Amino acid sequence: MRNPLSEKVVCIEPSGIRKFFDIVSEMKDAISLGVGEPDFDTPWHVREEGIYSLEKGCTFYTSNAGLKELRIEIAKYLNRRCNVSYDYNKEIMVTVGGSEAIDLALRAMLDPGDEVLIPMPSFVSYLPCVTLADGVPVVIELKEEDEFKLTRQELLDSITEKTKVLILPFPNNPTGAIMTRGDLADIVDVIIEKDLFVITDEIYSELTYNGEHVTIASFPGMKERCVLINGFSKSYAMTGWRLGYAAAPALILQQMLKIHQFAIMSAPTTSQYAAVEALRNGDKDVEEMREAYNQRRRFLIKALRDMGLEVFEPFGAFYVFPSIKQFGMTSDEFAEKLLEEEKVAVVPGTAFGACGEGFLRISYAYSVEDLKKALEKIEKFVNRHKKQ
Amino acid sequence: MREKILKVLDKNGRVTPEDLAVMLDLDVETVIKEIKAMEEERIICGYPTLINWDKTECERVTALIEVKVTPQRGLGFDKIAERIYKFDQVQSVSLISGSFDLCVMIEGRNMREVSSFVSEKLAPLESVLSTSTNFILKKYKEHGLELTDEGNKDERMLITP
Repeated sequence: MRNPLSEKVVCIEPSGIRKFFDIVSEMKDAISLGVGEPDFDTPWHVREEGIYSLEKGCTFYTSNAGLKELRIEIAKYLNRRCNVSYDYNKEIMVTVGGSEAIDLALRAMLDPGDEVLIPMPSFVSYLPCVTLADGVPVVIELKEEDEFKLTRQELLDSITEKTKVLILPFPNNPTGAIMTRGDLADIVDVIIEKDLFVITDEIYSELTYNGEHVTIASFPGMKERCVLINGFSKSYAMTGWRLGYAAAPALILQQMLKIHQFAIMSAPTTSQYAAVEALRNGDKDVEEMREAYNQRRRFLIKALRDMGLEVFEPFGAFYVFPSIKQFGMTSDEFAEKLLEEEKVAVVPGTAFGACGEGFLRISYAYSVEDLKKALEKIEKFVNRHKKQ
Repeated sequence: MREKILKVLDKNGRVTPEDLAVMLDLDVETVIKEIKAMEEERIICGYPTLINWDKTECERVTALIEVKVTPQRGLGFDKIAERIYKFDQVQSVSLISGSFDLCVMIEGRNMREVSSFVSEKLAPLESVLSTSTNFILKKYKEHGLELTDEGNKDERMLITP
């Protein structure tokens, strides 16, 4: 029998997070701070709208690009919150989570050999998706001293003649780093001058804690170079609904839509009806959740610093990314020992790229009470293993 | 700042000033001072615990009573409301717009206790025109919190990207 498998696929390493998940799931009584999704339930009025759509019998495909009402609401939202205007008819499509949009954007833009810049540590999908789209991933290792922001110099140093796309994953999972207007202004002219395109993954945009989120697509001359990706998972606590979207110039979006049309057809209809309600009447929910996350964020940072851990202050998403270099253990060793000895699960930084070595991702998508319980145990562990 | 403190305490009266200070990025002294001031101004009137009595051995009956009254000249509804809310059995009294005037919540050990309170204490009051007693059969949600057993479980996978 011939080898049934594609070498390209076989060569892709399974996600580091998967490995750790297998270890954790065997421990029944583990406390986890390892989750990458909100602890809130989807607001009831949003769920109720989904239920109502089912009752009415809205159980058919929608158009490939998504419900018209939803695309109109997305366009309004992007205008209101991000200060960019997109034509709902030609420049917006609804996808199965932000993840699908990442895949579509890469497949629509890459030819074999095109280089894609991926700042890391970052979400686990970018690298394999680039490989699957026949692109060449080029990792930019972000540094703690820059608060894990992408700097102009790092960008310049990584660009070659083959560079076509830059992925911009901010607010960032796992570091919690954000790019402010000033930080973005620093790199915009490089992007334009070097004729790059940007996939800006802004799934955590609503979870920004020191002022408004700024999208790079709102800079002059950038909209035509950007695929803006966002979704409902994080901002409206809708992970299980699998709903995201992409906004991009028609030239790019229409090709993404073509792939989506053949691979997916359309995003789940129930989820789309619920999402219309979320965008129309959900601002207050988002604000309340953001405030709750922000309180926990402050709480967690203070507690970790009090233990003597080095933590830079992250202003986005719901993660902190403390350094554990002082313990003389790798991230994997630290995380596994912490799980073994105190039954607390956190994610080793290396799950998000080799440059995550020496760090842990701790999520604060938990109540303050839960955080306290876990922190007590982490403190015990830290005190026991601290180098004298 | 007060609003932020109150919003947290409204959900959880047991949060310590130390935790509040960290969560809201304030200093502890300020938080303690503000809470004390709000207690004195009767903005914060107490810190009771939300209990689902149905799950205990204690016998308790709650009734919601719609009361129609004649307001008194110069005093409006306040005087008659006071006459009513001073009774220990009365859990809450609110002035209501609509077809009746006062919404009174009564708590007793059994139905007899509640009904005798209504017939002996409440209904005979001079300004009370009529009462209509509704016994509460089951409480589902109170103070924004669901009293059911579900809904509190974390259904998420332990580790996700």
